[in-house]
Amino acid sequence: MKQLGIVGESVKRRDGIAHVTGQTRYVDDVSYPGMLWLKMVRAPVHRGILKKVDVSKAEAYPGVHAVVTAKDVPNNWYTILCLIGVGPNDEPVLADTEIMWRGEPICAVVAESEEIALEAAQLVELDIEELPPVMTVDEALAEGAPAIKKWGNNTFMYEGKPYRRVFIGDVEEGFAKADHIIEGTYQLNPYDHVPVETQTCVVKPEPDGRLTVHSNTQALYFTKDNLGIILQMPDYKIRLVGGTVGGGFGGKVDVVIEPVTAIAAMKTGRPVKWRWTRTEEFRNSSTVGMYRMHYKDGVMNDGRIIARQVISYHDAGAYHRHSPYGVQKHAFNLAGPYNIPNVDIKAYCVYTNRQPSSALRGFGVTPASFAIEVQMDKIARTLGMDPWQIRFLNAYRNGQMKAVRKVVEDATLIETMQAAAKMVGAELPEWCWKARSDDWKG
Amino acid sequence: MELVTISFKLNGRPVAVVASPLENLRDVLREKLQVLTVKAGCGQGGCGSCTVLMNGEPVVSCLTPIVNAQGQEITTLEGIGTFNNLHPLQQAFYDNFAAQCGYCSSGMITVAKALLDHNPHPSREQIIDALAGNVCRCTGYVPIIQAIEQVTDSK
Repeated sequence: MKQLGIVGESVKRRDGIAHVTGQTRYVDDVSYPGMLWLKMVRAPVHRGILKKVDVSKAEAYPGVHAVVTAKDVPNNWYTILCLIGVGPNDEPVLADTEIMWRGEPICAVVAESEEIALEAAQLVELDIEELPPVMTVDEALAEGAPAIKKWGNNTFMYEGKPYRRVFIGDVEEGFAKADHIIEGTYQLNPYDHVPVETQTCVVKPEPDGRLTVHSNTQALYFTKDNLGIILQMPDYKIRLVGGTVGGGFGGKVDVVIEPVTAIAAMKTGRPVKWRWTRTEEFRNSSTVGMYRMHYKDGVMNDGRIIARQVISYHDAGAYHRHSPYGVQKHAFNLAGPYNIPNVDIKAYCVYTNRQPSSALRGFGVTPASFAIEVQMDKIARTLGMDPWQIRFLNAYRNGQMKAVRKVVEDATLIETMQAAAKMVGAELPEWCWKARSDDWKG
Repeated sequence: MELVTISFKLNGRPVAVVASPLENLRDVLREKLQVLTVKAGCGQGGCGSCTVLMNGEPVVSCLTPIVNAQGQEITTLEGIGTFNNLHPLQQAFYDNFAAQCGYCSSGMITVAKALLDHNPHPSREQIIDALAGNVCRCTGYVPIIQAIEQVTDSK
């Protein structure tokens, strides 16, 4: 047998010694002579018309070099997935005419020190006409709800429909045939990534017109592409220096710190640092929005699930960001790794005047897994069946058809459960140990 | 506020800085003395990533006014071990994969050092208790506890 050099070996982290000696360099450790500090002025209300932004007092404050407003943004749209067709443009980099969530960035004060920037930021005067906000999915979808998005409703439109649909077979037929109808509603509340390192960016304007951008983004190419689109700068003019991210988990994939920092650097001609406070990280960074999933299953006495209907609502907050993509992924996984001939899924990506949500570990899929598996246990309890056995029975096999109309390949649920059962010493009947993902003969 | 001169010992050597009296120790160390092993995580004393030792006791430097450091002995990670002279705690963190993103590591190791100086054979509960002020979002804490236990076992 060939000798394997690294496979099977436990390899110590390349950056391990640097981590334990505090030598790993993070963006906050980057400093340039003459560097200025940026502080953002944010919307104090959930929804409104932004009538006036008076920065004159802030601009005049000693130690302030510039205040960056919407007028300074060459292309004032942040639509991270525009390059793969997610649209239309809905989120301004800096608020221009309307406020869509409390904490929305309005203007940035750039000054000699963090303290001066903070003091000057207090002097910005905002004239906002408040509007009644839509704060929950239920409010957003209610009859007569104010349409907070400019296309006239409060959901993302998937090919002309207000939800992503996945279906196969006929669930009503399935429900009619079933011995039991078992329902459940499962909700995941909003939560945050809370990386120990907050989002930080340093931009140095180079004498030749290029920019050197230090960012703790998880996604260098998202940042590079979107910076180019927002700044209207060609790719070769932006040098992006990434590096160790002090915790990401999906919370550092939105391009929400680099554009304004870059504009501030160009406007002042000086290096600029923007380090988010812990408060900003909690209240202004992308969160995970609420998911609420309603399951209705048609189940036979022997435990087979023959029909599954799911209606899912996701609160994306004020803007798209990654949510339309996340809800799509979510929809594709809502039926679970189980062989169910009749499936009907409708997954809604709903907008509210809340903090925009985005990716977090297993984006869109972990909420589905949570609901699916709790529902499986509920089915098992209702039928008086063992929770292991009900999963072995329903697990999809290679060659079967998924609700997304693709044939199952490389299924491994059965083998994974067998390994888990062995580990915990679960008692399973012989047929569970004998089951294989490729034991379906068609 | 008027600027003052604050003198203290940093990892055994005398230093002096000119600062505003209420400027926090974390920012003075990072910005004025280039001690970058002290991390900025929250500025609210909640995450522990700015932990340093003052006369051997762990403090959150982000909430310590620089005046409090006058005449004191401040120890940062550099004073505990360096890459060509690792402290056993640093070796144990490295061996046990107790650092992933690394941002909490400086604070964790500093607090662990203080614990072992006070109590060379802590129980697991005592270790967990000592780490209560330090947040880690990557490791789930178990490798960190294992690393510290490894050092206490081998003592």
